Amino acid sequence: MDAAFFRAWLAEAGTVIEAQRDHLTQLDAAIGDADHGINLARGFAAIAAELQQAVTPTPGSVLVKAGATLISKVGGASGPLYGMALRSAGKSLGDSADADLPALAACLEAALAGVQKLGAAREGEKTMVDALAPAVGALQKAIAEGAPAAAALTSAAAAAADGAQATISMQALKGRASYLGPRSVGHEDPGAASTALIFGALRDVAVRQAP
Amino acid sequence: MKKLINSPDSVVSDALAGVAAAHPALAVDIENKVITRAGGPTPGKVGLVSGGGSGHEPLHGGFVGYGMLDAACPGEVFTSPVPDQMLAATRAVDGGAGVLHIVKNYTGDVLNFQMAAELADDDGIAVTPVVVNDDVAVQDSLYTAGRRGVGATVSVEKIAGALAERGSALAEVAAVASEVNERSRSFGVALTSCTVPAAGKPTFELGEAEIELGIGIHGEPGRQRGPLVPASEITAAALDAIHADLPLAGDLLVMVNGMGGTPLIELYVVYNEVNRYVTGKGARIARNLVGNYITSLDMQGFSITVCQLSDALTELWDAPVDTPALRWGR
Repeated sequence: MDAAFFRAWLAEAGTVIEAQRDHLTQLDAAIGDADHGINLARGFAAIAAELQQAVTPTPGSVLVKAGATLISKVGGASGPLYGMALRSAGKSLGDSADADLPALAACLEAALAGVQKLGAAREGEKTMVDALAPAVGALQKAIAEGAPAAAALTSAAAAAADGAQATISMQALKGRASYLGPRSVGHEDPGAASTALIFGALRDVAVRQAP
Repeated sequence: MKKLINSPDSVVSDALAGVAAAHPALAVDIENKVITRAGGPTPGKVGLVSGGGSGHEPLHGGFVGYGMLDAACPGEVFTSPVPDQMLAATRAVDGGAGVLHIVKNYTGDVLNFQMAAELADDDGIAVTPVVVNDDVAVQDSLYTAGRRGVGATVSVEKIAGALAERGSALAEVAAVASEVNERSRSFGVALTSCTVPAAGKPTFELGEAEIELGIGIHGEPGRQRGPLVPASEITAAALDAIHADLPLAGDLLVMVNGMGGTPLIELYVVYNEVNRYVTGKGARIARNLVGNYITSLDMQGFSITVCQLSDALTELWDAPVDTPALRWGR
């Protein structure tokens, strides 16, 4: 997986987030302030614009640039958290021109670590971590079982989607939804939902590329 | 929901252009979204920077001026501004005596201001953050993101601004800001939600006979839903929540704040109830504000902020101020 693969992933993520923008906004209206879809769509559009003109020869540089763009352009809690996720992932990939599947898993682990360090969320608190952590776990398990990229990332995307669904029954302990206390139960977390979409995009790019 | 806008995407820029045209004492950088005093930083004075999502006007841009903020960073509607904005503002207000960041306690605001402070540190500018968290509707616990920063932000900006204007050091200005925050408590009630321009419909639905108690300023649902009852009962419910957390006593600064969609005549009805309740508890309203100071777009509702005053804090409150939204003594 080279720089082009990662650029394609981010482009695909942007497309699906734009398509699901209103849905994400609706999720955020139920337990937040109705801006998640709008903010992430704007962020990924900024990534697309930035990547068109920036020089990003390596996978690492693509993700670091994307992360910095989100931090600069999105605002809210999503900007720093998603930005940190991509930045941490990018740093983990270093200077190599190509990332193999284990390196991809490691960079997603670094993304999770970055998010948890910044936002201090653990699993079960109804946040993006509830999609990200299961996805990383599923990916590592699939790799350990010898799965090729497309199959492994399909497993990761499924775990992210399941994780997002699982947030429905959780009470929010972090972020704006936490002000609602028990009233946050019964609603899917918008951050977990968008994280699942991002993993879906990663799977789709890998599947298209699969031999 | 009808709005007076040109397009949802241009609301913030169009409004900033309006602010720039209306207030020559402000310098408005529309592209980078930073509002500063047109005269630039005062050498030797602590610079005060605050910011937050747009949609709460006059907070914060309307409070930039003599005796109050040096800079405000407006984000997208209800979205915290980005670190670049706060860094630009911090650099712009640096008079060599350090900069105070007044940060409302929301995850986004806290994270973005944190990032900006680190970047400012790289520039050699001393930054001290003060977090405002006066809302009693949210329990400050392991199970939440902590109490929200709401109405006390106004009094923190005013009182810290006055002390900074006197040339006090950063540590003292930060200390008085924290003191005002600790002496303040707020509670809000909504009769309607609000409509974010890009969403096109209210964030949540309230029935004709329902109200939402314990609201924040971003149109999100509150602590609980209740029936619409007379203003005296709604006000008592709000003050009961405040009094339970910090008993009303002595001389108070009280702000009855409109959420944006409530007419002034109703705010005065509420103020009358607040005055009766407070004097009933044996306390005294020494200073007050009635009007729209920290709003939530077109939400109908009000919030009450109570601050326990001291002689020193009263003096700083009375100190001259010259901003679009607060002006006295000059």
